[in-house]
Amino acid sequence: MGDVYIQGVDMIRFGRFPDRSLTSLGAEAALLALDDAGLNMGDMQAAWCGNLGQAGGMVGQRVLQEIGQTGIPVVNVANACATGATAFREAWMGVKSGLYDVVLAVGVEQMGRGLLGGAGGSKGISKEGLLGSGIMPCVFAEAGVEHTRSYGTTFEQFAKVSVKNHHHSTMNAKAMYQKETPLEDVMGAEMISYPNTKLMCSVNVDGAAAAVLVSEKKARELGSGRAVKVRASALTSDPYSDRDLVMPDINTCTRNAAAVAYEMAGVGADDLDLVELHDCFATAEILHYENLGLCKDGDAGRLIEEGETALGGRIPVNVSGGLLSKGHPLGATGIANIYEVSTHLRGEAGARQVEGARLGLTHVIGLGSACAIHVLEKPA
Amino acid sequence: MSEKVESSGPLPAVPYIKLPAGGDPYLEGQKCSSCGAVYLGQRMACGKCFSRDKFEAVKLSDRGTLHVFSIVHRSFPGVEVPFVSAIVDLEGGGTVKGNLVGVEPEPGSVELGMPVEVFFDDAGRKDSDGNSYVSYFFKPAA
Repeated sequence: MGDVYIQGVDMIRFGRFPDRSLTSLGAEAALLALDDAGLNMGDMQAAWCGNLGQAGGMVGQRVLQEIGQTGIPVVNVANACATGATAFREAWMGVKSGLYDVVLAVGVEQMGRGLLGGAGGSKGISKEGLLGSGIMPCVFAEAGVEHTRSYGTTFEQFAKVSVKNHHHSTMNAKAMYQKETPLEDVMGAEMISYPNTKLMCSVNVDGAAAAVLVSEKKARELGSGRAVKVRASALTSDPYSDRDLVMPDINTCTRNAAAVAYEMAGVGADDLDLVELHDCFATAEILHYENLGLCKDGDAGRLIEEGETALGGRIPVNVSGGLLSKGHPLGATGIANIYEVSTHLRGEAGARQVEGARLGLTHVIGLGSACAIHVLEKPA
Repeated sequence: MSEKVESSGPLPAVPYIKLPAGGDPYLEGQKCSSCGAVYLGQRMACGKCFSRDKFEAVKLSDRGTLHVFSIVHRSFPGVEVPFVSAIVDLEGGGTVKGNLVGVEPEPGSVELGMPVEVFFDDAGRKDSDGNSYVSYFFKPAA
């Protein structure tokens, strides 16, 4: 079986676009990706579309109604915050299987403002604030506090993740924010759910991203010199763990996916030049340093303290600004991460370019749970 | 319109709260007799070992240790904040989530690993039919 390549990939600038339709955002990203690939809708043999908010609304077909209705198979994908990456992976499988040579993957979301999550159940009384909290800032705060319990990780160390990622986004014109947030601002911002302050929570934004995936044969035929090789694609769900019912285990499914991805790619974490990981909250980024093997267990606090994951450091993480600053449109996030890493591997990331980037990893996790990891390699 | 609930007393806030007539309230788990995994509510098969039809109802302990917490300062409209959201490992098995009361909602006042007790009280909320509910809470162990 041949390798699969990303022939084209792009994203729209993330922001709030209340006057635009969901489908127009997805269509814009799809056209950008097609242009990047030098192809058009008539070349696509199948398409996958990731969206969560209108999961029953045939969003993929509606996107094609805007840019070209060719009658190809269209599959709509929903997988919580791993939705976009899952759509990409399904497209990858379509090419990897040998069934198609050229396919499209789109991820798109329009978000409201405010808190996500909450204790479920419509019968009886609301459990939010009665049986603890199910809001996402709290769920990820509790996951972070578990790291504190094991290794003494501090509020300040968690906060430094936000300082770093907001700094990175000052170099990314496609991010929601381009604004420095000094440590005192992050720690002094409104406390949402300790230890996550408002500046340590990802931003709800509208956004879209898309990719054109091609077979090895097609990549050779097109010969653009910009095709990024997909070295690995991994998807896991949460295996049984003792506390999983009341405390979603975001660690094990990430570790399992990382093990699969590294084995498939034949590389280790030490071989990576950059990582875009799921910093839905500042606490989460710390956990994933260890889950992805960027450092040994217990060393994540030191990693952020010493700037190893900042641009210019040993292993830059979320140089796009991450979900914290670039924004987190659920269905688009996974493909936007792939766009970011691909842009560095092509040497086209401008001021935030990770110099000499050869190999990169993308990671997203959706509570419930789903974890998707891709390992990408620079064009030959 | 929902049917009027014929009830002589308050209802459990969640199904795993048991309110025996003339007895003290308690939390009930479903234990897999093959592997010992404890669930809050029945399963078709065990998530851990896949055994079927081997669940037994067990009374969960009213004592445990605080595994982790967060202090929630912003929640949905109408929810009183701040409060301590706590995850507690019960003695003898089972992990439950709830509010930790009887401590200041400040990081320095809540100690990871501290022993806690489970107690039951009025939930302080009624449903749209006016029914009262009993819920469980955690407090520092005496």
